[in-house]
This record gives sequence, structure tokens and C-alpha cells, in this order.
Amino acid sequence: MNIKQLQPPDAEKLFSDLVNKIQPDINENIMLVGVRTGGVWLAQRLHQELCLTHPLGILDISFYRDDFDRIGLHPKVKPSEIPFEVTDSHIILVDDILYTGRTIRAAINELFDYGRPASIRLAILVDRGERELPIAAQYVGAELVLPSGKMLNLQQGSDGKLSLSLHDKQLPE
Amino acid sequence: MISRNPQLNRTGELQHLLTTEGLPATILLEILDTAESFVGVTERDVKKIPLLRGKSVFNLFFEPSTRTLTTFEIAAKRLSADVHNLNVAVSSQSKGETLLDTVNNLSAMDADMFVVRHLQSGAAHLIASHVQPDIHVINAGDGRHAHPTQALLDMFTIRRYKQDFRNLRVAIVGDILHSRVARSEIHALTTLGVPEVRVIAPKTLLPAKVERLGVHVYHDMVKGLKGVDVLMMLRLQNERMQGANLPSPEEYFKYYGLTQEKLSLAQPDAIVMHPGPLNRGVEIDSAVADGKQSVILSQVTFGIAVRMAVMSILAGN
Repeated sequence: MNIKQLQPPDAEKLFSDLVNKIQPDINENIMLVGVRTGGVWLAQRLHQELCLTHPLGILDISFYRDDFDRIGLHPKVKPSEIPFEVTDSHIILVDDILYTGRTIRAAINELFDYGRPASIRLAILVDRGERELPIAAQYVGAELVLPSGKMLNLQQGSDGKLSLSLHDKQLPE
Repeated sequence: MISRNPQLNRTGELQHLLTTEGLPATILLEILDTAESFVGVTERDVKKIPLLRGKSVFNLFFEPSTRTLTTFEIAAKRLSADVHNLNVAVSSQSKGETLLDTVNNLSAMDADMFVVRHLQSGAAHLIASHVQPDIHVINAGDGRHAHPTQALLDMFTIRRYKQDFRNLRVAIVGDILHSRVARSEIHALTTLGVPEVRVIAPKTLLPAKVERLGVHVYHDMVKGLKGVDVLMMLRLQNERMQGANLPSPEEYFKYYGLTQEKLSLAQPDAIVMHPGPLNRGVEIDSAVADGKQSVILSQVTFGIAVRMAVMSILAGN
């Protein structure tokens, strides 16, 4: 899909596509981990939709970012919560947008500080390409090509519904 | 002209941590909130995160310390920094090198952060005003002046047990005169909105005009402890006493030592804190120090998370 006209896709539609793609691989050993903030919303919805019983993991990758030297600590870092044994577990990592791959690199590093998982797979709502690291997602809602200088953002409404919006990339101060 | 707070950079972010005096509540709360995330890290299998990888932290302790030095060292190592502990009391300084020459030499070894403890008030300020702008200084206690990380970890402990600062009665008991911890605590407590801060001490252990800091003064434990939610006990600092401020430790314990009986005057759910090291049987009875209202060991544990928060906020600014 190529969105030259600035119309973001329907997040709920992409979400149900994502559910359908993950469903066949779900079994009782699968653990879901969402990356703050958008990835956690998605992981919570997936957890419900796929009727998973294991507790959901939450990662805040602020302490593992590779641009800490340039931008410092995010003022609102929240604790990561991994309420299960990571060692030997099969994990599906969930995030909203896959772009450079740096967030996922940080998330994988953090998971390994909790233990040695048996496997990690990646579920993504939107893959917008332009990777800077050798990272690929196994479950993808949609692949999009975005105009350069545009960012795609996931929001969650008060009713829990997900939506995507396009805006200009913020220039560094 | 209003002079700029030497701890803040041009955009109002924390550049050095020298004292809690004059720091806005937003910065104090930012440190406490960040520390909350680090508590999670200290409960994991791998208690290390890569934030300060490749950075050099120098612990410059011109005065003996066990707990503070060790917790700063643990905090820096958990952030993956390279830590160098300098026992300056027995090194170049004793050969006549000045404080600033020591710092210049260490800066030439590519230091990124100095953690400084000194028996002279103002030592950390002096270093902070001379280092390059990309080097950060943390005051780990200077003379009678300030000990900001101790005050912050105490604020963190209070918030953990009491949630809201705005409805608390806090009593600081003991040797206020010689205590940098008490000064830093008073500034932090009042900035965070604690409505009633009391100091309880004999006249000889209170600084002149202490009321100006916004505290209520008591000389009698029985009156001062009534209805208090938080008791912050201080160590009797024998090494800083000049002349006879007190008749004897036994006499002090009789009037100002915290016993279970005196503790019962405070709120039933009051917490008892102490910055350590404890003088059992002088300022606090063993039964209280080890009792169920004591949070003294939690203070030590939280101290690591709070120091991790301070170091990572400074390094990122």
C-alpha cells in the first residue's frame, strides 16, 4: 500500500487482520509483551481477543535507548513489568509501528536482562519500512510506504478504539 | 539581577545536584518518579541497565563513609558506568595538592561525573563551578551544609509509605546543629508541601534562628512527637562536637532517645527513619530500630534507586 494522499489507514481493520495472522500460532505457552505506549494498547487488545490466560508483560525501553546521549532521559519513564519467568518462554513482542528497528533492538536487549527466552517473535500493526537494523516482524497488520518527513501515530480513544494519524516529523529543538 | 541557581543549566534542567535548597518541586518529583522505575530494575535477575555505558564516575570521598559510598558505587555500576573510588584522605591531598588540582587531574582522565563528599561546606559547589560544562557534580555531603541524595531518598521512602506529602506531620529529632541531612530534609519537605515540619532537640543542638527555615521548634519529645506521622531520627555526631554540648550519651538517651514508650505518642502508623549509622542506646533504642514501625533498611535499599535516578537525569541533561 502506498499512501501518497494523506489518509491514514483504519487501525481497527489492521488490528483484526493482525489477530487473524497471529491466531493460528497461539498456544498456551505464548507470552505477550507490549512496548510502551502503543504496543501496550495493542497487546492488551490482543490478550483479550486471543483469550490468553498468562499475564501480559509491559516494557518501557527508555533505559535501553541508543540516543540517550543526545536526548537524555524521557521525563515520564514508567517501570517495566514482566510478571512471568522469561527464561525458556516463547514471547510475542508487540509494538505499533515498525520503522528503524531501534526500539525493537532495545526491547530485545531489555528482555534478555530478565532471562534467556526460548524464542521471540514480533507482531506489528504497521511496518513502514526504512529499517536501519536487521529486524523483521513475523506478524504484520499492513505494510505502508509513507512520504518522507511524515510520522504515523497510534491513538486509543476513551472507548478503547484504536486510530492512526499522520503528522510532520518534529524537528529537534 | 537574580543570580542563576548553580545547579541548573540555561534551560532550567538539573546540571549538578548540590543541595535541595532552591530546587523546584517539579525537579524533586522528577527524581522521585524516575527512581520509582529503577526500583523495578533492582528487583530483576540482571540488575544492570546500559544508560551510563562508557561513562566514568569518580567517587571523591574526602571523609570516611561506608553506606553512602557503597550505594553510590552500586548505583553507578547498575547503570553500567565505570566507577573509580578515590580514597583521597590518603592520596595526593595529604601530599599537599589542592582540591581543584585534584579535580583538574581527574578531569584530564575523562571523568564524566564527580560524586563528592567533603568535611568543608561548599566543597561540591566549588568543584561544580570549575569543571567543564559537560561534567556533572553530585554532592554526597559537605560539612554541615547539605546531603541532597540522603534527603531525596528519605522523601522517596516517605512517599512510598505515606503517599501524599500534603497532610503529614514530620518530626526531625536530635542533633540538628551538626546535621547536613536535617538541612536538606527541611528544604525538601517544605518544597514538597509538608504542612508541618517539627524539629525536636536540646537548645545546644539547634542552629541559631532555625525557625527561619519554616519549622516548629520543640525541646520536649513528649510534646513534639504528639500526632506525628513520620519520625526522622538523627545520629549524635560526636566527631563534629566541639566542647561540651551535652552532659553524656546516657543523659541524652533519657531525654531524646527514641523508645517504644515515646514512639507511642506519635500516630499509631507512624514510620521511624534514620540516615545511619545508628548509635543504639543513644538516639534510638534497639527495640525501636528493629521494630515494626522502622523503615531504616528500606531507606538503604531505596537509596540505590534514588542515586541511579539522580545520575541518569544529570547524565542526560
